[in-house]
Amino acid sequence: MSTFYFIAFLSIFFSILVITAKNPVHSILYLILTFFTFTIHYILMNAQFLAIVNFIVYMGAILVLFLYTLMLINLNKDSEPRKSNFVKFAGVIGGGCFLVTIIAALKAFGASQPVVLQDPNLGLVKNLGKILFNEYLLPFEVSSILLLSAMVGAVLLATKETKTA
Amino acid sequence: METLSHNIQAIPLNHYILFCSVIFSIGVIGVLVRRNAIVIFMSVELMLNSVNLLLTVFSVYRGDASGQVFVFFIMALAAAEVAVGLAIIVMIYRNTNSIDINVLNRLKW
Repeated sequence: MSTFYFIAFLSIFFSILVITAKNPVHSILYLILTFFTFTIHYILMNAQFLAIVNFIVYMGAILVLFLYTLMLINLNKDSEPRKSNFVKFAGVIGGGCFLVTIIAALKAFGASQPVVLQDPNLGLVKNLGKILFNEYLLPFEVSSILLLSAMVGAVLLATKETKTA
Repeated sequence: METLSHNIQAIPLNHYILFCSVIFSIGVIGVLVRRNAIVIFMSVELMLNSVNLLLTVFSVYRGDASGQVFVFFIMALAAAEVAVGLAIIVMIYRNTNSIDINVLNRLKW
């Protein structure tokens, strides 16, 4: 039980570091740590498939993509211009108001039931695969088209235009 | 695995919702506060992930596997979004030599 609170604390700590780190590379590394703690959360809920997918897709693919982009973009001169303190303050107040709203809405519910895993193989690959390829077959195929179009779009956007075009 | 899933049994749903909202708000604050386009993008990823986690929690809470399938779709969507978004950022950098979003105010009314 205390495992959850410890990991939750780590997630919040690292995600705060993500948005406060001055160097973008450090931000990305902290984001990797945050996603790792999220993977642990998935494992704690016995959602093994999502844990593996989170590990491979987010930490393996997306964050490496971020790192490569950051290396492509030459940030030697760095010194990202900071926003003025007033804007920062306003941003924190805005996010804080959002959080307070949600907490207030949560208070209205009162005490909640504990999260209990009734079916131990709910999040296993076998179970999820059956659902994915029976009920959600069409969205699955559509998402593959989405990925294809995203790939074509990314290549199209990132290549340099030729003069003849 | 048995001990792991027993670990979770005593945690109220409210604590999960609270935790995910905190992460989501941190993402919102990151979007509002930073000027580096890549860091803003990373904050968006943070928000997406907190929602994913909450969706999984509800899926476990209700004993319905559809929630986890949706999380899978959201992850595919996030991958596509990151590919296109980073391509756009690279193109912006090539045109303006900066990834400061305040340079990009030409679309402002």
